[in-house]
Amino acid sequence: MEPAGIPEPLVRVVGLTMAFGGELVQRDLDFEIRRDEVFAIVGASGCGKSTLLRHLIGLQEPAAGRVLYGEHDLHRADEETLASLRRRFGVMFQAGALWSSMTVGENIMLPLRLFTAQPLALRERLARWKLALVGLEGAFDLEPAELSGGMRKRAAIARALALDPELLYLDEPSSGLDPFSAARLDGLILNLRRNLGTTVVMVSHSMDSVFAVADRVLYLDHVEKTMTALGAPRVLAETGPERVRAFLHRRSQP
Amino acid sequence: MDAPKALDSDAVRWSRRGQGWQLALQGDWRGCALPLPEPPVPGPGAGESVVLDSQDLSGWDRNAAPRLWALLAPLRRGGAVLDLSALPEALRAPLELALPAPGSAVEAVPEHVDDGGILGKLRAGWEDALQTAAFVGEVVLALSRLLRGKAAMRASDYFRQLDLVGPMSLPIVSLTCFLIGLMLAYMGGAQLERIGAQSFIADVVTVGMVRELAGLMTGVILAGRVGAAFAAQLGSMRANEEIDALRALGIDPIDYLVLPRLLAMLTMAPLLIAYAALVGVLAGLPPVVGIYGVPAWEYLHECEQAMTWTHLWIGLFKGTMYIGLVALAGCREGLHAGRDAQSVGAATTTAVVKGLLWIVVAASASTVLFQSLGF
Repeated sequence: MEPAGIPEPLVRVVGLTMAFGGELVQRDLDFEIRRDEVFAIVGASGCGKSTLLRHLIGLQEPAAGRVLYGEHDLHRADEETLASLRRRFGVMFQAGALWSSMTVGENIMLPLRLFTAQPLALRERLARWKLALVGLEGAFDLEPAELSGGMRKRAAIARALALDPELLYLDEPSSGLDPFSAARLDGLILNLRRNLGTTVVMVSHSMDSVFAVADRVLYLDHVEKTMTALGAPRVLAETGPERVRAFLHRRSQP
Repeated sequence: MDAPKALDSDAVRWSRRGQGWQLALQGDWRGCALPLPEPPVPGPGAGESVVLDSQDLSGWDRNAAPRLWALLAPLRRGGAVLDLSALPEALRAPLELALPAPGSAVEAVPEHVDDGGILGKLRAGWEDALQTAAFVGEVVLALSRLLRGKAAMRASDYFRQLDLVGPMSLPIVSLTCFLIGLMLAYMGGAQLERIGAQSFIADVVTVGMVRELAGLMTGVILAGRVGAAFAAQLGSMRANEEIDALRALGIDPIDYLVLPRLLAMLTMAPLLIAYAALVGVLAGLPPVVGIYGVPAWEYLHECEQAMTWTHLWIGLFKGTMYIGLVALAGCREGLHAGRDAQSVGAATTTAVVKGLLWIVVAASASTVLFQSLGF
């Protein structure tokens, strides 16, 4: 039994060390992502935020350590377990990464077609419903190239939601957006958590967005090459280590 | 490697001033961008002051600030205390912006990666070959998954690729093979005419086109038209993280992207080659009839005599092999492209070059093989 008050972890990262081309990126990461929280990963450019995300979704192999979904190790699971683990999370890549040879609707229907046995009419209704959730009802028949940057990101969230995942990974949701679109996306993230109970893990450069939506922040330090702080953004901004405070207050590094 | 730099040695004058130094700028600096002379040795050290004086500077232009910056930045890093207050405002302000904080180091930038000379290139080539072998292995596995009905290939992708590969290649294949057939008949006829054997032009054209040239030309055309397109499509999908999005869902990009393209190429290959051979043989008709005076019916009859099943299946087999290699080269380069726009362009070029190279190697090997087997 979990003690009351602390939600059970959805993902546990144990001793994760990441390397890229023989260079250490981050070492000894230990944290857990709890059910129903918005979890932000922050740090200076090049510190390995996006790389961590790629490890969490199984696109990159860790140099050491484990990423656990329940008791299953994502990087050592057999094909069948892996397929079921992948259905538990959806991913929005930085620029949306909508498949450019299909319409927006087809983008959302593809995961449904591959992983569910629903008939076409139902798949189409579900896809329209996911688009409505992100406020893009009218985009079903459009090509991804016809969408603006913000719409593309929201369409990508709709695609990530296609299989009703309990966990949503967002890679820099507000990068490249004007302040209004960014704020709208923040609102969407909070609504998804509140109305669908989706846990959200996001990599972010935008401190506005982190303070607006995140329950907890993980700070990856580019000098120490490991995590140096984990906690509520407001708490870390007051009592965290010097570099973390400076980062959250958007001052230049001391 | 650096050529000795000319110095503008009269532009500044260093002198001691109390505990520190004075740097007097003098003369007319206009139109001169030469480096300023180095400070004297031992020059201003940490904590020592350097007062700049521009009283004797009669004129200066936009080169003045960068020249001074190159001289002063190392001093500031070394800890010298610079006093710029006597400089004209338009010179002082940009200098203060560009000069580093006292005692700070130059911000580290990533080191340029050395390609390691000949050995490094050999190793890169070896790794490239290993990657190609691994890719071919993955494609074979994907094909076996497809046969067991487990591959995530969409039939609609296959049909779309069929259209791109086949019908849309017809005009350029027609033109090229028509001209090749024409040349073959014309040149072959010129040689055979000397021994009065014009009626054998048909044999030259038919065997040449059916057995070798139709497949080769179709392969070359598809390398440029389709192999390059495959590399560009897959490369930009990779740059745009679309391939990551597939993999995050557990969809194998080989199943989903490579198989429809490869199968479309292999399906269309024999049809295109047969068509190309037919166009080439018919293109021989005008010069044979018009220039060498062989009756049309005799040419066509001789063509039919020359065309054996052996020539046909060897031609189709070799051509299909070339086209399969072109498809593999295009997909391999696209899937392994770098993640920026420039790499997509490079992948496209490499796909064409590799496609052509593999065609030539396969053509030589198969020609020797079939000859030695006695076909």
